[in-house]
Amino acid sequence: MEDSSPPLIRSAALAALLAALLALPLLGVRLVDSANGLSLSGRPELVAWAAGGVFCGRLIIDLFRRWIRDFSIRLPVPPPPPEWTRFGVGWALALFALVLPFLPFADRNLVDKATMVLIYIMLGWGLNIVVGLAGLLDLGFVAFYAVGAYSYALLSMTFGLSFWVCLPLAGLFAAAFGLALGFPVLRLRGDYLAIVTLGFGEIIRIVLQNWQDLTGGPIGISGIERPSLFGLSFKAVPPEGQTGFAEFFGLNYSADHRVIFLYFLILALALATNLFTLRIRRLPVGRAWEALREDEIACRSLGINPTTIKLSAFALGAMFAGFAGSFFATRQGFISPESFTFIESAMILAIVVLGGMGSQIGIVLAALLLVGLPEWFRDLQMYRMLAFGAAMVLIMLWKPSGLLSSRSPTIRLGGRA
Amino acid sequence: MEYFFQQVINGLTLGAIYGLIALGYTMVYGIIGMINFAHGEIYMLGAFISLIAYLVFSSIGGGSVALALLAALLVTMVFTALWGWVVERMAYRPLRGAPRLAPLISAIGVSILLQNFVQIAQGARVKPLPPVIQGGITLDLGAEIALSISWLQIVIFLLTLTLMVGFTWIIARTSLGRAQRATEQDMKMAALLGVNVDRVVSTTFVIGAALAGVAGMMVTLYYGVIDFYIGFIAGIKAFTAAVLGGIGSLPGAMLGGLLIGLTESLWSAYFSIQYKDVATFAILVGVLLFRPSGLFGRPDVEKV
Repeated sequence: MEDSSPPLIRSAALAALLAALLALPLLGVRLVDSANGLSLSGRPELVAWAAGGVFCGRLIIDLFRRWIRDFSIRLPVPPPPPEWTRFGVGWALALFALVLPFLPFADRNLVDKATMVLIYIMLGWGLNIVVGLAGLLDLGFVAFYAVGAYSYALLSMTFGLSFWVCLPLAGLFAAAFGLALGFPVLRLRGDYLAIVTLGFGEIIRIVLQNWQDLTGGPIGISGIERPSLFGLSFKAVPPEGQTGFAEFFGLNYSADHRVIFLYFLILALALATNLFTLRIRRLPVGRAWEALREDEIACRSLGINPTTIKLSAFALGAMFAGFAGSFFATRQGFISPESFTFIESAMILAIVVLGGMGSQIGIVLAALLLVGLPEWFRDLQMYRMLAFGAAMVLIMLWKPSGLLSSRSPTIRLGGRA
Repeated sequence: MEYFFQQVINGLTLGAIYGLIALGYTMVYGIIGMINFAHGEIYMLGAFISLIAYLVFSSIGGGSVALALLAALLVTMVFTALWGWVVERMAYRPLRGAPRLAPLISAIGVSILLQNFVQIAQGARVKPLPPVIQGGITLDLGAEIALSISWLQIVIFLLTLTLMVGFTWIIARTSLGRAQRATEQDMKMAALLGVNVDRVVSTTFVIGAALAGVAGMMVTLYYGVIDFYIGFIAGIKAFTAAVLGGIGSLPGAMLGGLLIGLTESLWSAYFSIQYKDVATFAILVGVLLFRPSGLFGRPDVEKV
């Protein structure tokens, strides 16, 4: 141990020097804009902090690595969980989600946050069809989410259609957009496809922002109709000819009823997405997705038409995003292009990738981690995206194939090998 | 007519800036086949560093604007090169050989990280810089057409031209360039023949980042306002330029940049300024659909 300590210190010192250099212009100096132009103010203490932090971090990492090597410690590799635990965990989570609003500690705030997390879980499950199963990297998924949200908002504002009529329509519109976009671009290779979908997402946002007559431009659309339960309204004073939910069941009116109703609505939608994915993976088209992800050339030589198969994945993923979008619109009652930026796409993609591209439970965990956790740390809002970017890099470095990766095909020949 | 030529000049200036960023994309793609999504952020860092460096030098350097600008340019190149090197080393190198999407996702992470780092460190408001280089010349082309070209535009053209020539010389004549071309053709074989592949890749990132830094400084001087978000759109446009020129081809990247700059400026002048980004994206989609190998690229054959 003794002989090798100088390089240890040296590498840490080098890393610290590098960090200090990198931090010097951007952290060490701050641009201050005042009435008479820009001026500078120095913050040398931040550079020192950065260098010190990197020094300690590097030292700890190196020591940890050395410790593992010297004592030949094997980090325990957990045995693969038996088949039933996966199902068990899934059922347990679903059950927990079902009773959550009635638990004693669940207040309105918590149910609201859980609803937010569920929207992302649903979006993650939708994108999982595209990215996880079919292996197509889509950086513009938020476009379909936006199409769904705006379809519902516009249909309901212009024609006065109810949420339940608009929901399938919004899904259809989003799927149609998916088809229209997918048809020309799906021939492209993976990373080109990523950039084109990114461009498409931006185009949709720019159009929403500038087509003022239709979308209201940057101001957005407000006063979107809330959903009802089989004609039972959740308003304090139900509109003419309708019965209120509370009145019908003989309860006292409470605004919480709607929050809980919305929670169950998104839970049902998300579970439907999940069930759909689990089922379709066993159908020929689902198997073709996974086969295509693994080896496109082999698939082509076996007579699978890659374009149709990819297109189906693209359209189905878009459809679920459309459903989620119309739910988002009805929950918020207000939408604007601000809600559909690239960061949202990156967030949904990060959830899928973090979850292990293809693992349904992994996506739930990742959504809890990425959406649920930051909701509790609202005070650290500023640092939230910073940590988010760092987490994306670190998780890729640590596990390039995701937290719970399930690359293994859903179906095998002749039982499990 | 005068308006048209004026827009062409403005478009070419913009295009020179895009071209410099596009070089970084095209080199990295050529050598390791990866879209360096964070490249636009390096350009944004360059804009900020150059602004800070210029303010520092002009306050200590006394009167000479030219000297302060030159010093700021060098400092910007050094620091962006350093950032490029560190990003490659930490976020991309460990992922060489990982599944194809892993480096791309890591690059998106780096991009978000850098954007928010600058937002926190320097504030979210736009940073204005009053014009540093003023004045220009007027070209009288006869037929009552008089074009005005600012000194700044001339500086941008000359600097871009110098960098391009120097850069082409490096690739074509030096041993570094030879190693780079070898690595581009066949990384494994180059490694077997004694090329230090890691170092070549590092150098590629360093050069690309330094060029993006120069582009960042140009944009700071040209537009006079920067914020932490400029890297995203500029990055996509430069990527479009690289694809348009044929990804992997250096003259292609420069030509693509000029074409994108021209399109953008003419589109804003004659159609609508709100939809200028849409025009670029439409070009990107169109090129990828009808001529994926770009203007100068080699068509790539997928082998088993």
